Amino acid sequence: MTDPSTAMTDPTTGGRDGFPHLVRAEWTKFRTVRGWVAGMTLAVVLVVALGLLSAAGSHASCGMGGVETACTLTTGPGGEAVSDRFFFVHRRLDGDGSITVRVDSMTGQIRLPDASPGVRNVVAGVVPWAKAGIMVKDGVREGASYAAVMVTARHGVRMQHDFTEDVAGGSGGVSPGSPRWLRLTRSGGTLTGYESVDGRRWTVVGTARPAHLPATVEAGMFVASPGDLTVSRGDLGGASVQVRFTEATAVLDQVRVEGRAGGTWSHDDVGVAYEADGRTPHHPGRFTESGGAFAITGVGDVAPSVDGVRVESTLSGLVAGLVAVIVVAVLFVSAEHRRGLFRTTALAAPRRGRAFAAKAVVVGAVAFAAGLTAAALTVPLGARVLRANGNAVLPVSTFTELRVVAGVAALTAAVAVLALACGALVRRGAAAVTVVAGLVVVPHILATASVLPLSVARWLLRLTPAAGFAVQQSVPEYAQVLGYYSPQGGYYPLPPLAGLAVLCGYAALAAVLAAVRIRKGDA
Amino acid sequence: MRAAIEVIGLRKRYGRTVALDGMSFTVLPGRVTGFVGPNGAGKSTTMRVILGLDAADEGSALIGGRPYRSLRAPLCQVGALLDAAALQPSRTARNHLLWLAHSQGLGARRVDEVIEQVGLGAVARRRAGGFSLGMRQRLGIAAALLGDPPVLLLDEPVNGLDPEGVVWIRGLLRSLAAEGRAVLVSSHLMSEMQDMADHLVVAGRGRVVEDTSVADLIAAASDGRVTLRTTARTEAMEALARAGATVAVQDRDTLTVSGLEAGRIVALLGANDVPFSEVAAHRASLEEAYMELTRDAVEFRATTPRDGTATS
Repeated sequence: MTDPSTAMTDPTTGGRDGFPHLVRAEWTKFRTVRGWVAGMTLAVVLVVALGLLSAAGSHASCGMGGVETACTLTTGPGGEAVSDRFFFVHRRLDGDGSITVRVDSMTGQIRLPDASPGVRNVVAGVVPWAKAGIMVKDGVREGASYAAVMVTARHGVRMQHDFTEDVAGGSGGVSPGSPRWLRLTRSGGTLTGYESVDGRRWTVVGTARPAHLPATVEAGMFVASPGDLTVSRGDLGGASVQVRFTEATAVLDQVRVEGRAGGTWSHDDVGVAYEADGRTPHHPGRFTESGGAFAITGVGDVAPSVDGVRVESTLSGLVAGLVAVIVVAVLFVSAEHRRGLFRTTALAAPRRGRAFAAKAVVVGAVAFAAGLTAAALTVPLGARVLRANGNAVLPVSTFTELRVVAGVAALTAAVAVLALACGALVRRGAAAVTVVAGLVVVPHILATASVLPLSVARWLLRLTPAAGFAVQQSVPEYAQVLGYYSPQGGYYPLPPLAGLAVLCGYAALAAVLAAVRIRKGDA
Repeated sequence: MRAAIEVIGLRKRYGRTVALDGMSFTVLPGRVTGFVGPNGAGKSTTMRVILGLDAADEGSALIGGRPYRSLRAPLCQVGALLDAAALQPSRTARNHLLWLAHSQGLGARRVDEVIEQVGLGAVARRRAGGFSLGMRQRLGIAAALLGDPPVLLLDEPVNGLDPEGVVWIRGLLRSLAAEGRAVLVSSHLMSEMQDMADHLVVAGRGRVVEDTSVADLIAAASDGRVTLRTTARTEAMEALARAGATVAVQDRDTLTVSGLEAGRIVALLGANDVPFSEVAAHRASLEEAYMELTRDAVEFRATTPRDGTATS
């Protein structure tokens, strides 16, 4: 009866020979209860149906010269949506060379909310990210590759390129009597930005390798001034965000272009919009030159744009789907306790911790597959429907889209494991579902439904398992773009994988506690 | 012969209640061992400790010399029926056995074999939630047989079975024992052990009261009395008393004779021309023997306000 070959095996540290069998048994258990399979299917259907329905109901159109058109987005060299509007005074530069300039002053005006309706309320001033400096760009086409070094109103000297890249230089702005020299040097594909307070001692701000810089580029001076942002909190929570017109005027002189520079200075109001007649520019920029000093007025921004619909907005049904997943995962374990089947399982797998691990593997894998199916259908199809309805969907790279889809699958799996572990700890189905929903779904709803102050909402999404929802954020928060980065707008306080890690930490902790509880005590 | 199950000095308390108080016995292969005792005697607790479900405070329980929790593919070494009601109602009988089979590395063919063996072939693909208690017992027995184990533990397997089912399970367990398996069957009713068990472990108050073969137990309780049925009561009493027997009147035509064996009584009555219709050696029922044994061990009597509901 006793096999001598196994009699010597230490039962506590024995091999892992039976684990695949346990996983298979748990999978058989799962698939043979119709309600559980139906529940997981329902989760997928909820995510896909709610997502596509909301996409189908979302229509948008944009006016262009009085003609209604689909909304289009300018994209940068990286494929992301960009804002590329500025006033550019430039000349051609062949091959290597450099451009140097002194920025003497920056002034401007900001339109504030109307004090009396219809009467423009304009004050003098510059917004923090108003910028003036020198730029090397692949032509004057919107979205073309570039590198620039600039002085900003509140964020010191910056070296930026290709919209998303931003490096800080020295702090402080310019004011009369305290100018700033800037220099941009091209050597092959590399551009180096310098700054100086006196035109003699230069400091490197940064280097850049723009994605696409041909041999002949446009080099020159630019000024831009992003819209002013006002966030006001509503009476019933929430916030209304206003972006208002601003313009900045910078005076630049001592311009020197070295290298094979061609032609004379020409100017472009890059990215300007037109009035309904299609000819009159709306809020145009301008420039004057006198004695080598250029006074350039610019409107707009050279930066990534986050104005548009995000692909993850198609995942509006995710919370509902997760509730179904939570219910199924909890029942997968609590039903065994309710029916006394837990003892049968303990007989078949006396090392109960491993049996629980097998259960977690199965519910995690099933939930991963459900989440993957749901997201892989919803995100691309939903984005296609949104675009077909005229919405400007912010483009994301294939990698980002895959990360969102796989991330939603991982989020679903982690939530399922958390629910399973809570089910094993609490052992009562309804109580466990309430606990897990309270840990995952409720914080997310509270944080994104704009009923809480912004800081509280952000802390909820850092500390609770709801942090995992960050994995679906497809467009990052840009430090160089002033925006209202709230959870309501789809911005999570943690990076995608960090948020997922918080959720996984909770799931792992709960699973360990559940395994300890199951191993100790009588069945 | 190596014991299939060794229970060595088990002690366990639940709060202030002593469930096991030095329970010790062994179960040998090749025979059906009945594990009987009143409710609360510690039978179920002992079985759960043997199966590694509960931990004993003291003592040990070994199967083939090893604790249950250390067994590989345990269902292939021990088959157990504990609670036939422990089923996921929406899962079919076959699928219930299928996941158990998969957990031991067994395939679907073995599942179909045991389903036929317990007579559930016709309802194998029906949801177990609709099963009667008897069908659930059969399904539980199928689960116990799944791994073709050399050791079987069955807690009250007769519960809920119809008379036909009782006959079936007796035959099944006897044939399993005849194949050389060790079979331990618990019951709180001694009568269920009649014609089924070869050996008995009688438990009371958390320990073993008697560990004996069924034949010895009945012989001890039978006490050598003979029942005599006769129309000539007076003549019979005179003839037997002369031969030194003690005779008691049971009713108008029935006498109980002690001190003489049945063959001698027949000879005496014949020699004295006493007519009689029946001479029968009194054979105590298992029930009587059991009552005798557990008189002191029964924890709750009918006279106590709490009926015997405390199960071990």
